[in-house]
Amino acid sequence: MPMRARAILGRLLGVIPTLLITWTFVFGAMRLVPGDPVLLMLQGTPISDQAMEAARAKLGVDRPIVAQYLSFLGNAAMGDFGDSFRSRQPVTKLIAAEFPKTLELAVAGFLIGLVIGTTLGVIAGVRPNGWVDTVCMTAALVGLSLPSFWIGMILIQVFATQLQWVPVLGSGWDALILPSITVGLFLAGGLARLTRNSIIEVMGQDYIRTARAKGLTAVRVVAKHAMRNAMIPPLTLLGIQFALLIGGAVVTETVFARPGIGKLLVQAVLEKDFPVVQGIVVLTTGVYVLINVLIDIAYGIIDPRVAE
Amino acid sequence: MNAAAAAAAAAAAMPQQRSFLPRLLGAPGAVIGTVVIVVVLGLAAFAPYLAPYDWNATSQCRRLGPISADHWFGCDIFGRDIFSRVIYGARFSLAMGVTTVAISLVFGALLGILIAYGGGRIDRIGARVIDAMLCFPPIILAILIVAVMGVGLVNAALAVGISGIPRFARITRAATLTLVARDFVEAARAVGAGHARIVLRHLLPNLAPILIVIATLDLGGAVLFTATLSFLGLGAQPPTPEWGAMLNAGREYVRYAPWTMIFPGLALFLTVMAVNLVGDRLSLILDPRQRHRS
Repeated sequence: MPMRARAILGRLLGVIPTLLITWTFVFGAMRLVPGDPVLLMLQGTPISDQAMEAARAKLGVDRPIVAQYLSFLGNAAMGDFGDSFRSRQPVTKLIAAEFPKTLELAVAGFLIGLVIGTTLGVIAGVRPNGWVDTVCMTAALVGLSLPSFWIGMILIQVFATQLQWVPVLGSGWDALILPSITVGLFLAGGLARLTRNSIIEVMGQDYIRTARAKGLTAVRVVAKHAMRNAMIPPLTLLGIQFALLIGGAVVTETVFARPGIGKLLVQAVLEKDFPVVQGIVVLTTGVYVLINVLIDIAYGIIDPRVAE
Repeated sequence: MNAAAAAAAAAAAMPQQRSFLPRLLGAPGAVIGTVVIVVVLGLAAFAPYLAPYDWNATSQCRRLGPISADHWFGCDIFGRDIFSRVIYGARFSLAMGVTTVAISLVFGALLGILIAYGGGRIDRIGARVIDAMLCFPPIILAILIVAVMGVGLVNAALAVGISGIPRFARITRAATLTLVARDFVEAARAVGAGHARIVLRHLLPNLAPILIVIATLDLGGAVLFTATLSFLGLGAQPPTPEWGAMLNAGREYVRYAPWTMIFPGLALFLTVMAVNLVGDRLSLILDPRQRHRS
């Protein structure tokens, strides 16, 4: 056990250099933005030289670059990204207000994607190369090829505007249905393909033949024996799925005019609100890294073969 | 996935190239995909002859005018003919996809080869940096790059291209590492081949098949990705008839004029689907490990 604890601790500590590299990249990228940060912050408002100096000192841009870099790292580690150029509120506060809404969308979208994706994948993989397989895999490819912003607009048009089954806007659960389907479809295609390949591989294993030989029904063989093993590879790719979820959320929030991190980010880029951009990039990258490490650790616990 | 094994396997598959086209078109999906791609390329090439109206001329018809015999796809808010704009939009989609994938491929492969070939400390540090860069969700990295460089079609394409570099670098590095350890590289070195010759004559040809497979599989996603940035307002700007940008412009009028978003989106979907169908088939032919799976 201490061995495992040490391995887990090692993985967690391994996050630090990774985060350091990504944050350094973000810091460097932000220095490449053309123009004086104070002028960018004022966005055209005239200012006296004196006030300019004061603003430079307050932003810390009058200090040497190394000092700026170190304080950026320190502040980022503490979750402090300065104030928004636009609303003048702390970036952390803005993000904290929007984050739960994006999380809600991501979780709902993930569940929908998981259900659709694995169902298609299992159905296709159990009898590969038949017409059922072809239909399922074509559906998966359609899912991968659909522009999510387009399908989102079509869902709104059909189910909200024409049929009026669900509201377009709002904060209730029914307003979450169409956005989460949009995010879910984005995910389902890839997941279906992964699951299918995994199922095909598992179905050729000895223990499946044994289960069949015992006279178990086909459903039982698949549900009890094949599924559990076949789901391991797709689930280890959850980290990548998370990246897709973020992408899906950014687009979907814009389509549905839903508040959230993605909408905040796009808005910030369009308004040249750099502290907000920086804060969201650092945060999402941090969450992404952390999720991947946690999955890694969980994988080691679930499947002892990979732990060594 | 083991990129190195894929490279070796794909390399083994290459000699059978003589029957490449018949094999590529050996599945109905790939045939449909190829036809659609040829159509899109044709639209792009002959847009001025095929489009019934000027793509940017306003007041061709009633604002948000519906589908009619004169205007097959209806009209947008400025009274421009959507059918003509969709035809011109074909010029952006595949071109943008190919450009962005080429950027990712060339720079990613170069980086991967140099790191793996450099070996030792270069490889350790390089691999670390690549892994860290992969921790940016691609869309976040692309948006960050657009934020720095400014919005626009060219910058969006660069951003999508750059955000794909770490992925190609990692795959190339892994494949190169196994190649470097092989006898033929050792032999080349023994007869006095220089670094440039080993990389260009011995490593690159062996890496090409896997890189082609990955690039083809990425192409559909790249077309979609670039259009997504345009839809978000970060890529192509009005009045450019890019499909993603057209969808963004039509967003406000969807309720009254759904045709403003249906046709550009359909064109984008069909193009991406076609590229994915062909890409799937191509990877199946070039990568024999997958053959037993399908």
